[in-house]
Amino acid sequence: MIRYLARRLFTMAVTLLIISALVFFIIKLPPGDFLTNQIAELRAQGEAASAAKAEFLIKQYGLDKPVWEQYLVWLGVWPGPQGFSGLLQGNWGWSFEFDKPVAEVVGDALWLTLLVNLAVVIFVHLVSIPIAIYSAIRQYSVGDYLATFVGYLGLATPNFLLALILLFYSNRWFGVSIGGLYDPQYANEPWSWGKVQSLLAHLVVPTLVIGFAGTAAMIRRMRANLLDELGKQYYVTAKAKGLPPMKALLKYPFRMSLNPFIADIGNLLPHLVSGSVLVSLVLSLPTVGPLLLGALKTQDQFLAGFILMFVAVLTVVGMLISDLLLAWLDPRIRLGGEAR
Amino acid sequence: MDVPLLSVRDLTIDFVADAGSFRAVDGISFDIPRARTVALVGESGSGKSVTAQAILRILPKVARITGGTLLFQDPTSRQPPVDIARLDPDGKAMRALRGGRIAMIFQEPMTSLSPLHTVGDQVTEALILHREVSAAEAKERAVEVFARVGFPDPRRALVTYPFELSGGLRQRAMIAMALITQPALLIADEPTTALDVTTQAQILDLIRELQAETHMSVLLITHDLGVVANMADEVVVMYRGRIMEAGSREDIFRRPQHPYLRALLRAVPRFDMKPGERLTPIREVKSDILASRLQRAKPAEANGPVLVAENLCKTYTLRSGWFSGKMRTIHAVNGVSLSLARGGTLGLVGESGCGKTTVSKMIMRALTPDSGRVLYDDGSGPRDVHQLEGEALKAYRRAVQFVFQDPFSSLNPRMTVYEILTEPLRIHRIGTPDERFERAKQLLDMVGLDRRSLRRYPHSFSGGQRQRLGIARALALEPRVLLCDEPVSALDVSVQAQVLNLLKDLQAALGLSYLFVSHNLAVVDYIADTIAVMSRGYIVEEAPKATLFRNPIHPYTQALLAAVPDPDIDRPLDFAKLKTDRFSDPALWPEPFRLRAGETGAMMEIEPGHKVRLTSVTLKEAA
Repeated sequence: MIRYLARRLFTMAVTLLIISALVFFIIKLPPGDFLTNQIAELRAQGEAASAAKAEFLIKQYGLDKPVWEQYLVWLGVWPGPQGFSGLLQGNWGWSFEFDKPVAEVVGDALWLTLLVNLAVVIFVHLVSIPIAIYSAIRQYSVGDYLATFVGYLGLATPNFLLALILLFYSNRWFGVSIGGLYDPQYANEPWSWGKVQSLLAHLVVPTLVIGFAGTAAMIRRMRANLLDELGKQYYVTAKAKGLPPMKALLKYPFRMSLNPFIADIGNLLPHLVSGSVLVSLVLSLPTVGPLLLGALKTQDQFLAGFILMFVAVLTVVGMLISDLLLAWLDPRIRLGGEAR
Repeated sequence: MDVPLLSVRDLTIDFVADAGSFRAVDGISFDIPRARTVALVGESGSGKSVTAQAILRILPKVARITGGTLLFQDPTSRQPPVDIARLDPDGKAMRALRGGRIAMIFQEPMTSLSPLHTVGDQVTEALILHREVSAAEAKERAVEVFARVGFPDPRRALVTYPFELSGGLRQRAMIAMALITQPALLIADEPTTALDVTTQAQILDLIRELQAETHMSVLLITHDLGVVANMADEVVVMYRGRIMEAGSREDIFRRPQHPYLRALLRAVPRFDMKPGERLTPIREVKSDILASRLQRAKPAEANGPVLVAENLCKTYTLRSGWFSGKMRTIHAVNGVSLSLARGGTLGLVGESGCGKTTVSKMIMRALTPDSGRVLYDDGSGPRDVHQLEGEALKAYRRAVQFVFQDPFSSLNPRMTVYEILTEPLRIHRIGTPDERFERAKQLLDMVGLDRRSLRRYPHSFSGGQRQRLGIARALALEPRVLLCDEPVSALDVSVQAQVLNLLKDLQAALGLSYLFVSHNLAVVDYIADTIAVMSRGYIVEEAPKATLFRNPIHPYTQALLAAVPDPDIDRPLDFAKLKTDRFSDPALWPEPFRLRAGETGAMMEIEPGHKVRLTSVTLKEAA
């Protein structure tokens, strides 16, 4: 077990190293960078003083150095202007666009993103699992067809459109302010009970909107998985033992049908961050998605780099978690290899 | 006379589908007396399993009991009998019976147990459901039952998962699960069909012993008349949802009345068949082309064997678990030498996992042996198969074809019969489309299928017909050698006879050589000239058919022969002899056959053509 974990952690580190190189060089691929573009712009407007400041920043962050050196400094394995100070040392860099350290720019957005998407994940599972079980055991019943129909609606409706409609009505009926994750009055306030309440009220619409399509897809997949398992012999055995139908179903076929979803957790985590950009834009949610989009557009390299690396770490960690969970839940994986 | 435990009267079961309804069971009546065994015999599709499912009320959704009664008289209660057919299938009364008073074991012990739960969990669950016991008491009871059904370490069995057990132990776990509640009736649906013969004998013995101890009744569902002859008190023969004949075992085997039953009895290969005697399948395959070829056929000139395997070895490395880096080496095949005569049949017999399929794959060059070689002689001298390249390899591929075990998964369901039969020709670029079409029709003729089937898809054929399609496909390239891997073990007895006869006729007409891999000695006896017995990767004995059956020397061969249930009630199985597991472990074979770990021994010829593997030390002493 410990050897396995050590091996996994080592390959994770190597994977992250390769990803970091890819991320950095791809961000650097378009000609120029945030500052040179800005300098060109400022020069064109004749503001030499600002341009001088920008050139100072270029020196400060070593943007005039070769790309590989910039990469190594960013990583923290090469002495930059401030000595060894990069990702490895916990210095995430400077966002030129916001003129603030990346840590400050991303700070709140990161955990709000996690909150929104965690709410979505919980919503999706709470809604879709019971419906999927129902439509699997009552296959081809009216209820099954209805769930299927609503599911297809969910898959086919454009998210942002649904978002706009729900925003409008929640404002009209419940007086929830439009956009954002709390009322504008709390925007720069410290956290208080009122702010939390406002946050919860504002969470409803994004959760519904982002979750709707996911729910539909999950119902379809779960139903198909369960139907496969319901035909298996061990389920007949369970019934032949005299188990009540629902208990037999939950103990045996349902548990078997969970496997693919656990394997999916690895994909779920990065999705939490980058999955809902469009909806976040429409709802003007202060999440990471829109930040990343902006950073990529303006070549704000340290900000974009950090967000991408964060997603990569989540992916790798998610994969590890789902593998460990699978091994914990499925003895065939834990003890397998000997069998057959 | 006693009231029977279960009395089935005029039971009718319909399957309702979109295309209309289909009567699976049509007004059958029989009794299951107390403490007796009733065997329900029939081919697949005869309605025997459906009857069992009806007794437990676990029929598939589309099936309905449309008539008749199932009166169950619980011997432990004074209540009047209950009519199971009238109970709500998911109701409390039915659930108390199901698993509590009537228990069932199934054919496939691997899929019948959940792989995610321990054996202990699944066995105690049944007891906790039906009795007022705590989890700890249930565990204690489970350990007792595990010990009774023959688990070597009953306490460990509690925390073992099904996939860690061998097929035989899995079936024992199933039996433990069924018996822990001490049911009045045990329904066993093909309980040993998926097991090796030696294991089958042990499981059957166990069921008999348990029945004697607990006085339960057994409803045994099987297609194997050999099993019936050894187990049943009463026999009910079903065909297409009706009872053809019912009676005591004596009546059924000594005085069969119904033509169907007589035909069924004639279709089973037996050990006492005379040389040249043919099985009589219930439906004979007719083929004009084959008949005319048979008349013109001349025996193949015997100049040396067509295939020779020399000292083949193959080891596999297994990682024993996900988290541990431990490696285990398995010697799947250990110095196997075989020789296949031109126009002859070599039978390769052994239990599952003994390496027989690995051998056939190495011969086909689907696997590379670690050492040793395979020589093929097309008439121009022997050549090493694993050195062949280019044209020579292609020629070898044409000359050696494979017939698979499972006729359902070995044909692509998306291809028509025409595409399936001509695919080999297309791959090898033989003939024009018109010629291929002619060839496909000819092939169908040869295996006795209608020429008009070319446009149909595999799913519209029965198991036996599909296996004939598989044979036709193997014949498309006019091979010299067919490697048949358990070609009839997935088929019903009646169909099995038909396919075996077809293989025999094809061999005579086309001069083919067969390597016939099987675990069924009776089948091998019927089709092979020479038989090689394999155990744990070794060939332990090899002899011409007659010699092997007259004078089996090796303890493993003897056990294998003793374990085959004969459909003859005058020759019952010697259960006492088969009790131990000792015959499949080379280290436990008696001297001079014992092979300790790492020892390979050597083959010694004891009479012409009859070779046995002995310990090397013994050989040196002899020399």
